Amino acid sequence: MAATNIEVWQRATVAEVRNVAQGIQRIELEPEQPKRAEPGSHIDVNVVIEGNVQKRSYSVVESSEDGRRLVISVMKAPQSRGGSLYMHTLQAGDTLEITQPLQNFPLRVGAERYILLAGGVGITAIVNMARVLKSLRADYTLVYVGRSRTAMAYLAELQELHGENLVVHVDDEGTALKVDELIASAGLDTELYMCGPIRLMDAVRRAWTERELDLPNLRYETFGNSGWYDPEEFIVKVPRLGIEAKVGQGRSMLEALEDAGADMMFDCRKGECGLCEVRILELDGAIDHRDVFYSERQQHAAEKMCCCVSRGITSKTGAKADASPDGPAVITIDVS
Amino acid sequence: MTVVQSQSSTTNKVLGHPLNAWYVAAWDHEVTRKPMSRRIANRPVALYRTEDGKAVALADACWHRLAPLSMGKTIGKDGIQCPYHGIVYNSAGRCVSMPAQETINPSATVPSFPVVERYRYVWVWLGDPTMADPDLVPDMHQMTSPEWAGDGETIHADCNYQLVLDNLMDLTHEEFVHSSSIGQEELSESDFVVSHDGNTVTVTRWMLNIDAPPFWLKNMRDKFPGFEGKVDRWQIIRFEAPSTIRIDVGVAKAGTGAPEGDRSQGVNGYVMNTITPETDRSCHYFWAFMRNYRLESQLITTQLRNGVHGVFGEDEAMLKAQQEAIDANPDYEFYNLNIDGGGMWVRRLIERMLVAEGRLATSA
Ligand code: FES
Ligand code: FES
Ligand SMILES: [Fe+2]
Repeated sequence: MAATNIEVWQRATVAEVRNVAQGIQRIELEPEQPKRAEPGSHIDVNVVIEGNVQKRSYSVVESSEDGRRLVISVMKAPQSRGGSLYMHTLQAGDTLEITQPLQNFPLRVGAERYILLAGGVGITAIVNMARVLKSLRADYTLVYVGRSRTAMAYLAELQELHGENLVVHVDDEGTALKVDELIASAGLDTELYMCGPIRLMDAVRRAWTERELDLPNLRYETFGNSGWYDPEEFIVKVPRLGIEAKVGQGRSMLEALEDAGADMMFDCRKGECGLCEVRILELDGAIDHRDVFYSERQQHAAEKMCCCVSRGITSKTGAKADASPDGPAVITIDVS
Repeated sequence: MTVVQSQSSTTNKVLGHPLNAWYVAAWDHEVTRKPMSRRIANRPVALYRTEDGKAVALADACWHRLAPLSMGKTIGKDGIQCPYHGIVYNSAGRCVSMPAQETINPSATVPSFPVVERYRYVWVWLGDPTMADPDLVPDMHQMTSPEWAGDGETIHADCNYQLVLDNLMDLTHEEFVHSSSIGQEELSESDFVVSHDGNTVTVTRWMLNIDAPPFWLKNMRDKFPGFEGKVDRWQIIRFEAPSTIRIDVGVAKAGTGAPEGDRSQGVNGYVMNTITPETDRSCHYFWAFMRNYRLESQLITTQLRNGVHGVFGEDEAMLKAQQEAIDANPDYEFYNLNIDGGGMWVRRLIERMLVAEGRLATSA
């Protein structure tokens, strides 16, 4: 919540690193100025990418009562912007710069019923909430969706702690989640908290709206790092400023524009606030809107985009293999 | 041999307040569809009722630019609209509409504090919401019991809340501060007994075979018209952490067995006090006087409320002057007397709560 979201930067020491699923590292941190992490909170971390310091957010999976021990988990995303690669190089004894826990995804105590929905590494935002709901003896179901069991972190621990309250869906076992069925089980007093890939969250949002459930009861956190399409390299042009820049797979359009010398306005850098909005003048290809700022109508109109997360693509199917051989997408824009 | 080191008896002049506790935010009748603002435990809180009459407590600062929501208006079933750029929040503190855009930023929330309505008060919990157990609301059942009648008021006291607790835990001050109504010299002459457990402190004082002071003589005559003679008088002060004090008070015809438990020949009142810290140097002091005789008489209810209003006005002036003297003499300490026994246990229990919240260092 805004009132308590003052960034307090501090050093933290890596106490332990452990692999908890395919490509997912559990990293235990000992901060210098401990503060207990509430369920739903995250920390911002300074990561080093090609010698440059950048900020990334990771959910707090576990926190000791006094906050002296914080656990995050990081998935090595092959097409990430480079932050997860850095995080995967960390070893016990290393130090890094982190904030005290910040809160954008507060759990409200007192709802009649809860559904917690985690897709893949999104489980990191949900683990702590589930633990608190259990200790409050709340009525909750934890739904955990993944590609395959080996890629699903904390599965055994969650099974042990939550027993019947945990429902697992695994794609390669043929038990993929049917979003409509899940949302059909939600009532007017149900609050649903989710974190996962944008496809999953979009599907849930659509089903939620169709059932005419209260939108504020649908809670989600975005870190702005997943889209409907695989990221491709694309070109951004700003004729008024004489800029033409290539946006690599691991970079955002906002970063590319900043590198090219454009004076950009932004705040959240995760597709929520809309401050990084740019006007699209011409489009060769399509836009993979990865923000939650625009409505579906606005996204379809493709007149504006949030350049901190959204990207240009040529592939019609979404798979990188189907990217157009005739070259990258080109987005011609103007900025404020 | 084991040496047990007890915490040194710090006598904080400006004591912090626990956050993991229920505090009275307002009388039930104060909270309406029109939002109001009250600072509670240093935090401005907006209070209003939903269409269904449920009391709501939100942080009184909009997520966007921190404009006070209490200046806005209630809207829809349970919402409140920020007076500045029109963001609407529901009773859970979640944004339900952002006027200037088609979507809602998922981060847009204001803290919504747990609320319990009980004993004619709206109680709020500003600390860790996962600990907000309604069973922890202090016992003030006389406020709503059919066996008791009465009413009260709120004093805005210009002092740290602990000074009010000190005041109520030691009633020897009545002889000096309230000499015209309830004070009498037997108060400071008579003995008292202090007891405590993990959450409560009790101070019991009996004064046997004394003249009833004016306030009590009137009450006796309300029940026993024309009463003359000596009385046995009692004051049983019961503190419940962190800041509720009920005082069982009364007088009975002397020698009729009141100390042994038969109060039928007397009149009994309960002074209900619960104090909500506002800032470090001010508090909301909610009090009421309840009685268990002549329940039907609104006249007596009003007379008692007005009478206690006068008595507490004397305390209010003293507390304000005391706080000013404390602030004007930052280098002078508090010293403690035997009569402070109850108040010192109160401090000890509150300090333990603060330590448990990590908000007071344990002295080694
Ligand atoms: S910076 Fe907030 S949406 Fe892009
Ligand atoms: S300050 Fe409340 S909407 Fe802007
Ligand atoms: Fe007094």
